[in-house]
Amino acid sequence: MTRIDVHAWIGGYPWRHLPAHDPASLCTVLAREELSGAWVAHLPSVWWRDPAPGNRELVAALAPHGGVLRPVPCVRPDWPRWQDELAVARASGAPAVCAYPVQHGLGPDHPAWTELGHAAGAAGLVVRLTMRFEDLRQRHALDSAGDLSAAHVRALVRGSGAHVIVGAASRTLIEETHFGLTTSEQRRVWYDMSWLWGPPEDELAQVIAGVGADRLVTGSGWPLRLPEQLRVARALLPPAAGVVEFASADGIERSAREPTRDANRFR
Amino acid sequence: MTTPLAGTEPLIDPHAHFHWPGSGRVDWERVNARRLEAGDVIGVRYHVASILGTWGYRSPTYFASPADVRAGNDAMFALADAHPDRVRVWVHVNPNEEAGALQEIERGMARGAVGIKIAAARRCDDPLLDPIASFAGAHGLPILHHLWQHRTRHWPGQDISDAVDYARLAARHPRTWFVGAHIGGGGDWQHSLPAVADQPNIVFDLSGSGIDCGMLERCLHWMGPSRLMFAADLTLDTALTKLRALEALGLTTQELAAIRWRNAARLFRPGTFGTLTAEEPSA
Repeated sequence: MTRIDVHAWIGGYPWRHLPAHDPASLCTVLAREELSGAWVAHLPSVWWRDPAPGNRELVAALAPHGGVLRPVPCVRPDWPRWQDELAVARASGAPAVCAYPVQHGLGPDHPAWTELGHAAGAAGLVVRLTMRFEDLRQRHALDSAGDLSAAHVRALVRGSGAHVIVGAASRTLIEETHFGLTTSEQRRVWYDMSWLWGPPEDELAQVIAGVGADRLVTGSGWPLRLPEQLRVARALLPPAAGVVEFASADGIERSAREPTRDANRFR
Repeated sequence: MTTPLAGTEPLIDPHAHFHWPGSGRVDWERVNARRLEAGDVIGVRYHVASILGTWGYRSPTYFASPADVRAGNDAMFALADAHPDRVRVWVHVNPNEEAGALQEIERGMARGAVGIKIAAARRCDDPLLDPIASFAGAHGLPILHHLWQHRTRHWPGQDISDAVDYARLAARHPRTWFVGAHIGGGGDWQHSLPAVADQPNIVFDLSGSGIDCGMLERCLHWMGPSRLMFAADLTLDTALTKLRALEALGLTTQELAAIRWRNAARLFRPGTFGTLTAEEPSA
């Protein structure tokens, strides 16, 4: 089965220097880590008030790598004409859009938050979220937004038909989200496994046992985080975990394009 | 036998921890067994480990009571006795015990401890640490000190300190080896590296859950491969991730060997790791 990194970016980071963050370097990393492609967002856009220019840069930068890198444009749903960015996403063949409600000052109950879910669901686009970009203990004094909360994820999924991937999710966020949703809602949420620790505490194995491997997906957080963690985490699962198959990016994309089973709730 | 994930070259983890019944958790045996099991899968030949009192169960992890310090050390000695081929002991002390801390170090040495572990119960350039650091230098015991990273204000659970303080302590004790714990353990690692770079008796272990891109490049820039050590602390997976990332950076075989085990063998007394000595070719 091909493995795709659903949680990557290109572009610089405002709070520290990154050794590499360009599309060509990402392709090299993917090949080294035996990944066939990546869903890629534009990192500087996370802190831009209007993400639209970043989306244009993203699509242009990835165009030469179209077979491997797919764009994930950023949508800020409280911004005028934000729906235009969904159109950009569809036109560029994006599997997903990304949103950063904490950085944009949106609480879980902000009406724009579920509007995004409705619109992305109608467009057949996955909504990609990011819990955190760095460890909370090392952040720049101006990087005061905090982490994405489980309440944000629950509100989006409960209030819309959106299909959601949460990148860099902690075990706590995963469990508070998963067990705070109905069974049908749970089926519309996936979490990348890059921030779940291995032995000796075995958080990854415990999430697999409790939430299910089918709710986890491959995502590295490159260029912020070392992608070697993806293969290492799998290799160090306890023998009792058996053969583990995470959800595939292709399968998630297909799910988002199918009518949501509980879509009637949101009409 | 399956080839270890980290290859067959020797590998020493100089920053490990274990649990015991006093930790207050029911799965303490599972966690200990998993550290050894996963260590074997990776290829770790020696775990140099400590137990910090009761890990917060009866007294705070970083402010362990005298009784808990001793009980935790006793449990650690028992674990080393049970695994003499692969477990070594950092004897843990709380410098606020003053003379009692030195007595505990001497007791630890008599039980085979190979180094001294200090947590975060006192600012690390406090004069209270001087007798411990002097003793360590005189007896060839490296110190593994919890490292605060740019901790310039008081937070609950730990005293205030940072790597600048650590460099001051190390400068007062040039004959003692100081290990800065877990560069990836949370906090501003970018600040810690230049803060100790000019103090040659400080080395860093690479442990901690942090796997930031760029961290290893900055470690190599400021410390060089002769002052870095592979290590895990609480997460063996991120230790292996960083080792693989070092390989991807194109380090030479000799540089990788230094980080994998030779630097550890150099810091500890000869014989600490059986036939692994810093001067001889690797096995």
